Amino acid sequence: MPVKILYFAWVREKTGKAEEILDLPADVTTVAELMVWLKGRGPEYAEAFARGDVIRAALDRNHVKSTAPLSGAREIAFFPPVTGG
Amino acid sequence: MTVRVEREDFDVGTEVARLTAGRTDIGAIVTFSGTVRGGSGADAITAMTLEHYPGMTEAELARVEAEAGKRWPLKASLIVHRIGTLKPGDNIVLVVTASAHRQAAFAAAEFLMDYLKTRAPFWKKEMRADGQARWVAASECDREAAGRWEEISPPGR
Repeated sequence: MPVKILYFAWVREKTGKAEEILDLPADVTTVAELMVWLKGRGPEYAEAFARGDVIRAALDRNHVKSTAPLSGAREIAFFPPVTGG
Repeated sequence: MTVRVEREDFDVGTEVARLTAGRTDIGAIVTFSGTVRGGSGADAITAMTLEHYPGMTEAELARVEAEAGKRWPLKASLIVHRIGTLKPGDNIVLVVTASAHRQAAFAAAEFLMDYLKTRAPFWKKEMRADGQARWVAASECDREAAGRWEEISPPGR
């Protein structure tokens, strides 16, 4: 099942893309596992996700922890802690 | 209960007038507006660019506003957040809360700002006077400010 992955702020700048559609391997089942898998996609991803502990994620536009199961999410976003207001 | 994300500037007086037009059940209106700080010395900035997550931003602001509506007896509320490139002194964010009495309006406005700062997917990038651009780091104070609402249970009805 293809999923849409979005990147924002410095995560977007480091990966060099705002969004992409990817087919995830079946053994990637959580947000944390997805970050590890993305890191293996190239040096720009390794750089973007080097500080994976500070990167936040959203599944289908809801904030989630890195331990969250992907459970069929169609849109997955990665970004730094938010700084609005 | 309204949420807007837009590039255009807002006028506080116009927004309050629109929110309260024809209403006689409102006795208290609190407004908070945030503006771009210019900083000084090495921290001086010439511009700030706000990026956001279209779709999630509006959803998250609506969730935060709904949560405020559950905790306090609000008659009306409004959140406006600007995006794009802003200059020092420009408006960034507006929160308006209206209730029968002031306590609910004051508390809800503070809650909305605290929650918005830690939940709404906006990111600020500063352009410094020396030409360097830098993403603003999240503030621990903001997280603590939002965290303290967790210990305050919603008032009974």
